[in-house]
Amino acid sequence: MEPRHTISVWVDNIPGVLSRVTGLFSGRGFNIESLCVAETMDPAVSRITIVSTGDEQITEQIIKQLHKLINVITVVDLSEQEHVEREMALVTVKAEDKSRAEVLRIADIFRCRVVDVSPHTYTLEITGNHEKIGAVLTLLKNHGILDEVRTGTLAIQRPKKD
Amino acid sequence: MKKMTGAEIFLECLKREEVKHVFGYPGGVVLDIYDELTRHPEIRHILVRHEQAAAHAADGYARASAKVGVALVTSGPGATNTVTGIASAYMDSIPIVVFTGQVPTALIGNDAFQEVDIVGITRPCTKHNYLVKDINQLAYTIHEAFHIARSGRPGPVLVDLPKDVIQARTVPEFPKEIKIRSYQPTYHANPRQVKRALDLILSAKKPVLYTGGGIIMSGASEELKQFAEFLQIPVTSTLMGLGGFPGDNPLWMGMLGMHGTYCANMSISETDVLIAVGARFDDRITGKLSEFAPHAKIIHIDIDPSSISKNVVVDIPIVGDCKDALHQMNDLLRVKPPKDWAAARAPWLDTVRDWEKKHPLTYAWSDTVIKPQYVVEKLYELTKGEAYITTEVGQNQMWAAQFYRFKRPRQLMTSGGLGVMGYGFPAAMGVQMAKPGATVIDIAGDGSIQMNIQELITVVENDLPVKIAILNNSFLGMVRQWQQLFYEKRYSATPMAAPDFVKLADAYGAVGLRATKPEEVEPVIKQALETPKPVIMDFRVEPEECVMPMVPAGKAMHEMLLA
Repeated sequence: MEPRHTISVWVDNIPGVLSRVTGLFSGRGFNIESLCVAETMDPAVSRITIVSTGDEQITEQIIKQLHKLINVITVVDLSEQEHVEREMALVTVKAEDKSRAEVLRIADIFRCRVVDVSPHTYTLEITGNHEKIGAVLTLLKNHGILDEVRTGTLAIQRPKKD
Repeated sequence: MKKMTGAEIFLECLKREEVKHVFGYPGGVVLDIYDELTRHPEIRHILVRHEQAAAHAADGYARASAKVGVALVTSGPGATNTVTGIASAYMDSIPIVVFTGQVPTALIGNDAFQEVDIVGITRPCTKHNYLVKDINQLAYTIHEAFHIARSGRPGPVLVDLPKDVIQARTVPEFPKEIKIRSYQPTYHANPRQVKRALDLILSAKKPVLYTGGGIIMSGASEELKQFAEFLQIPVTSTLMGLGGFPGDNPLWMGMLGMHGTYCANMSISETDVLIAVGARFDDRITGKLSEFAPHAKIIHIDIDPSSISKNVVVDIPIVGDCKDALHQMNDLLRVKPPKDWAAARAPWLDTVRDWEKKHPLTYAWSDTVIKPQYVVEKLYELTKGEAYITTEVGQNQMWAAQFYRFKRPRQLMTSGGLGVMGYGFPAAMGVQMAKPGATVIDIAGDGSIQMNIQELITVVENDLPVKIAILNNSFLGMVRQWQQLFYEKRYSATPMAAPDFVKLADAYGAVGLRATKPEEVEPVIKQALETPKPVIMDFRVEPEECVMPMVPAGKAMHEMLLA
């Protein structure tokens, strides 16, 4: 499999910028595995986190082409440095009779939060890296997943330790 | 300061940007701008007959004048008609600003009459684009658009102007300076990289300079000539770079690539150090990528970092203005201990000249049928190589590139990257506006001239004495050539009828001339050049002539088909 890259992009927070970024990916045949975007503490700036796959040359091109967009302020390939990644998923699982305890046990082991309860279901909030969320979902599948939704990856650099 | 309307602000901005000519076409939502234009006699508006031509004319104007070309059109179809012209300017890095009208902001998104999301449509083919929703942003946005178009790697910028913004009033603030935190092109090349590159060049036995449109854009011709002559390095260039190095200089090898000279293409296959300056390793240049310059270390100078290592992995990248980088190299050379470079380079230059002698650009002469190459040769001779040449796209473009030996930068305007048939004629109008009194010739085919022939009335109306030389072979010649070579002569949809161009010229109020025999070529060209009006020259040429040499698509550069 081609290497995964997590790229952080700071952009002007104005209409149309996201489509400039995604249009660049589709127009040049680059992959997007996931994408997250929200305003930063400076309301004039948004931060986009993109997970993409591709070899070194493609990643270099992605970063250069992103830089070329007038509304892109900074681009950082987080995969090149120490960083932390998290995703979140919300999942509604069937939970009846004896499986109610089992679902809760799984939630407990993986430090999920129960965010909604009904007589026949639990809705769980799972956070963690890509693999952990995948693992939890696989376990819950046996109990019957009624609905699920996942965010893309969020990532942040780890501060330098001295 | 008093309040101004959007239309008044628009024209004030053009004035501040020293715009003298605008190519355009009016319509419902830009009526206020056109009304305001009547109060600005210092700005000349040229009414085209199709908006595509406005964009190409602005492009031709920009190339010839080294200024930003300007087009102004209405919303909807007016805007979409410019897209081909914008995309061509984007591929060739030509600074133009296209102003499109838009329906009033309250109607945007309602599928209003003549509404189209032109900012969405042109996002991937502009350097940047804007929808101005607030009149207080108008002046700044227009100046920013010009700044972005002309700086860094130049390119087209589109500004979409809703009717209510054009009609609103405000006390405008005209910026003195444009600063964009996220856009700061690198002009100054890193001196350490320059020095590394120069050391490599000095150690080379068979260096080649491969130059592109960047030489022309950055005005680096003089620096290039000094550099090449000092170190006695042979020079080849892309289509876009023609004129960046004098076509009559002994170090000139001709164009490289698919229809490049034998000599230029062989030099790429043999070189040990390839110095790419303001070029981007396009597929029409490299042929089969894995066999491109197989023995060479590659140095690449370009102002656009994304051009570097995009197609070909580069050994020494230099991000910066070509002129700056070459200037630094020339400065370093001046303080080096002297060396007899002519003697050192003699073996390599001898090889190059042998290739030149072995397979020069040539064609089989005919006493009875006009050869298209002969027409271009005669145009070169009779204009003393001084004319501004535009081309359409196809065989006409390649013969113009091969047989007109361009001397100066900005002498050739051609749609290189996008390859737009119908570019040459409107571009020639733009060139003639920028260079009144100069000889401007569009070298055309009978196919491509028909793509924007409606502009004949524009040149007649505006007294633009553009000359059109049609190499008329009754075919879509380049496509026919591929059918001949690769599809066993099945001429599918390439034979084509054309109108009687002489009568057509007459109907438009231009002059039409025709040559059917070789001996008529010279008198027709002479007469055209002496006629102070637009002239169509209809040269009935050999129908099945091919452009040679040719590197078939996907082959390596040394695998050329020769005449």
